[in-house]
This record gives sequence, structure tokens and C-alpha cells, in this order.
Amino acid sequence: MEILMCIVAGLLFAAAVYLMLSKSLLRIIVGTGLLSHGTHLMLLTMGGLKTGAAPVLGEHAASYTDPVPQALILTAIVISFGVTALFLVIAYRAYQELGTDNMDQLKGTEADD
Amino acid sequence: MINLPVLPILIPLIAAIVLLFVSKSVLAQRVVSVIASASTVVSALILMAKVKSDGIQTVDMGSWPAPFGITLVSDMLSILLVLTASIITLCVVLYSFRSIGNGRERFYYYPIVQFLLLGVNGSFTTGDIFNLFVFFEIMLMSSYVLIVIGSTKIQLRESIKYILVNVISSAIFVIAVGFLYSVTGSLNMAHISARISEISTEPIITVLAVLFLIVFGLKGAIFPLYFWLPGSYAAPPAPILALFGSLLTKVGIYAILRTYTLFFYHDQPFTHDLMSLLALLTIVAGVIGALAYRDVKQILIYNIIIAVGVLLFGIATMTEESIAGTLFYLIHDMIVKAALFLLGGIIIYIAGTSNLTKMGGLIRQYPALGWTFLLASFALAGIPPLSGFTGKLLIVRAGFSEGEYVGSIVVLLSSLAVLYSVVNLFMEAFWKTPETPLPDVKKQTGSLFIPAAVLVLLSVLYGVGTEAVYPYVMQAVDTLIHPEIYIDAVLKE
Repeated sequence: MEILMCIVAGLLFAAAVYLMLSKSLLRIIVGTGLLSHGTHLMLLTMGGLKTGAAPVLGEHAASYTDPVPQALILTAIVISFGVTALFLVIAYRAYQELGTDNMDQLKGTEADD
Repeated sequence: MINLPVLPILIPLIAAIVLLFVSKSVLAQRVVSVIASASTVVSALILMAKVKSDGIQTVDMGSWPAPFGITLVSDMLSILLVLTASIITLCVVLYSFRSIGNGRERFYYYPIVQFLLLGVNGSFTTGDIFNLFVFFEIMLMSSYVLIVIGSTKIQLRESIKYILVNVISSAIFVIAVGFLYSVTGSLNMAHISARISEISTEPIITVLAVLFLIVFGLKGAIFPLYFWLPGSYAAPPAPILALFGSLLTKVGIYAILRTYTLFFYHDQPFTHDLMSLLALLTIVAGVIGALAYRDVKQILIYNIIIAVGVLLFGIATMTEESIAGTLFYLIHDMIVKAALFLLGGIIIYIAGTSNLTKMGGLIRQYPALGWTFLLASFALAGIPPLSGFTGKLLIVRAGFSEGEYVGSIVVLLSSLAVLYSVVNLFMEAFWKTPETPLPDVKKQTGSLFIPAAVLVLLSVLYGVGTEAVYPYVMQAVDTLIHPEIYIDAVLKE
């Protein structure tokens, strides 16, 4: 199971890298979304996918899954959510102010402004 | 007062929350910011005295014993850096009164600065690797907002690149923490260190070491990963640039120093040779940039990269002497970079441009500014009575005694290039006869100049009073060279 998850996370990373190397800003942001999905999936896999009950004490099970990676992922998800929201708003503002979403045209020096 | 290490993190947090509520009153913002920054400095001083007399201070948050909860660890290294960061923030806040402008002041500039200080102080103090990630994110989120606040065109353009690079490096950081967790089964840094020393021959540890070097290298701008820095740092105004230049990259260097002395000291022939090579390439890249530009901001920005290279070379040499040199140089560089960026900001404000070819003759009207700038330049290059000397001397001496001749000579030659670049800046801006003569009316720069001059004065005192600082630095070095001290203090065996 871990091997399958690693391959899927790897595919997500590949897709993310491909998208982030493209010219359109929105594609880049979609790439960062996929990158964080891959990261979180990887974090879950790294903790081990042993079978066990959900980490809730009321389950009265013999063994539970590891609760630590789940807490880490929950933290990482809200952080990447916040960053993505800020990134999207800045991309929107940049589109309004600079009139382009093409990364090739976002070049130049201070003297151009 | 067992909770003392929390104060340098808690005070900026509370101040930032209070500041959010009074955002429309500029006066209240300024008063609260100054009081909060000053009390952060005071709490850091008290904590430093405590660490000096009683050794490493640890706080288990929520009273959970060490490997299970989050532990905050204040050893001498972290408290020295916390103190330096707090002093710099105080000076930058004072400088901001005049320079940042009413628009930015009303739109949450001061709370974001406090959040940045919170993230920086937290990163220096935490003893938990995932908590380090969280404090990094607090620091980076604040820096995203600071780089784009005001949203001029250049700021919007560069903030997109800055955010993208940091989003990627944060993702790699999370993956690296995940790997480390699957190998060691712990997140507490002392506990990880103890676990790694049991399995130190495994090659996966070396892979992790390189992965962490990539992550912190992206934050700290080392050789092939520094490409984002010159463009991004040129975008924001001077006080923000001073905060970035003196704090952000140094947090990356601190993280490399911490992880490579606590986790990854087992396979030194590979990891430290790699680091040494990257350090030299970083210095070369920085020197090329610093000599190539005719722009105040860019020259100073490339000097950040040179300093990062020198610090990394000190870490890579990894003897007691070179680590001591690295610490001396780290603290010196934080102070003097902040001072130089603040002074550079005044020069740009007076001349109305950052292009050196269009400046000149400032010394006639602004002699104090000129001589202070020259003093800071000499300190940066490491002229003996000033602050940059001790650190570089120790780094170079350790390099020679370890047989790293090429590296040490490159470090020495880089000082020459640093001196040339900043003195060239001085000559162009202050001596040269300008093409268009300056207006007779002198611009008022007093309130801008004082915080910068205070930093230069501090750096001079730091250089002259090396003897007084020496025991503090050596206590920090002791913990870094002997990780058992750190582990025992945290796990309390």
C-alpha cells in the first residue's frame, strides 16, 4: 500500500513541477496546489499506513493508527490554504495592475516602471 | 520565572494582536510598537543573563515531558540571535516612523512587523522540528505581506516570484520532516539527535542532510538557490529591506547551523565537503554581483549573499574555532547589514534614485551620514578594530589549520571585493561631483539617521568589546560542538 501511495505522490509532484514551469500564472498556482497535495499524501504515507482504528479513544480498539502525522497534516493544510489564498489574491491584483498573467512579461528592471 | 524563554515570542504576539485593533490610529500604532519592541529587547536581555548563569533554559509547553510535547529551548546561541533580532526590529520600527508612509502605516504595517519578529524569535527558540516549520511559515507569511504592502507594480511582480519560491521550499521542508519522522519516529530535535546517533551509518541520513541543506539553502540563499533574492529584495522600501536582509536569510543559516551540529554530524566527509564547495561558489556569485552593479540596493543585496557564503564556509569547517568565528560573524552581519540598508535607504531618499551614476557630492551637505556609512562599510569588510574582523579571522584561521587553503584564500579575497564594492558606493554617492548640482535646501534626515547610527554604534562597540562578548559566544559554541549538552538539557536524563 505504501508503495502505491508513494507512486501516486510522485505523480502529483511530477504534475506540479510541470505546471509550475509553465508560463501562465494560474497554472503555476494550480501546480502549487498539487504540490501541497503531494506533500500531505507523502506525510501521511511516511507515518506508516498500518491498519488500526481511527485515533479516537472511544473506539476501544487493540491498535490505533499513528495520530501524529494526522496532526502535522492538519497544520500543513491550513498553512498552505492561507498561503494559497494570499497568492491567489496577489495574482488577481497583479492581473489588474500589470494587465498580464504571462510570466514572460513579468520581467524587467526598476527603471521600466 | 521558568517561562522566561516564552517572553520574546509572546510579547510580539500580544503586541501584534493589540495593534490589529487600533489600525486606524497611527499614533497608537507607533507607541504600542515601540513599547513592545523595547520590552522584547529587555526580556531577551534578562533571559540572556539567566542562560549565562544557569545554562540552557527549557520550557515544556503544557508540562508534557520532553519528547512528547513541544519544548522551547533557549541556549546561548538562540538567545544571542533573539536579542540581536529584537534590537534590529526596534531600530527598524523607529526608522519606519518617517520613511514608511502614512498609507502603509494604516494598513497593518506595524502588526505585520511584530508577527515577523514573532516568527524569527520562535524559529531561533524552538526545540521541535515541525514547530520550526510553523515558525518559518509565520515569518514567511509576514514577509509575503511586507514585500507586497503598498502594491506598487514592482512589488506585485516580485512578490509573485518570492511567494512561489517559498511555497516550493516549504513543501520540501514538510517532505523532509516527514522523511525524518519515518526514520527516527520523533519530532523533538534533541530526541531526533539521540536517535540518529544510534543509526548514524545509514545512508538515508546523508540524503536527509542534503534535503535539509536544499530547504534551508533556499531560505538562506546559498549558491544555486539564491536566484530569487536579488530581484525580490530590491522591491520593498528600505526599512522592510533592512528587516529582510538582516533577519530572513540568517534564520536559514541558523537552521543549517542547528541541524548540522545536532543531527547531521556523522558523515562529515560528504556533507561538509559539499557545504564547503557550495559556500565558495556562493561567495563567488555574490562577489560577481556586488562588483557588477551600479545600484545602491543591488550592491548591498549581493553583499548579503557573500556573507551567507562566508558563514556557510565557517559551518562547513566545523571546528570549535570556526564555529566561534561563524557566530561572531553572524551577529556582526545581522547588525551591520541592517545599518547599511537603513543608511542606504537615507541615501536613496536624499538622491531620489538608487542609481549610483546619477548621484554625487552628498558629503558636503550630509557629512555625518557619509562618515557613518564609511564606518559601517569598514565594519562590513572587517577592518580590525571594527566588528567584522574577529569572526572572519577565526573562520580563516580555522580554515588554514584544517588544510582548507583554497577556501580560506577565497574568504580573504572576498573581503577585498566587499571593501571595493561598498567603498566604491561611498565614493560615487558622496565624493564624486554630481552631473546636476544638489538643491541648496537640505532634506531633514535626523529621525531617519538616529536609528541607523545607533546600529552602527552597536556594531563598533561589538567590535571593540570583543573581549566582553567572547564568553557568551564560547558558551554557545560549547553547546554546538557537544550536542550531548543540548540533549541532556532537553530530555533531562
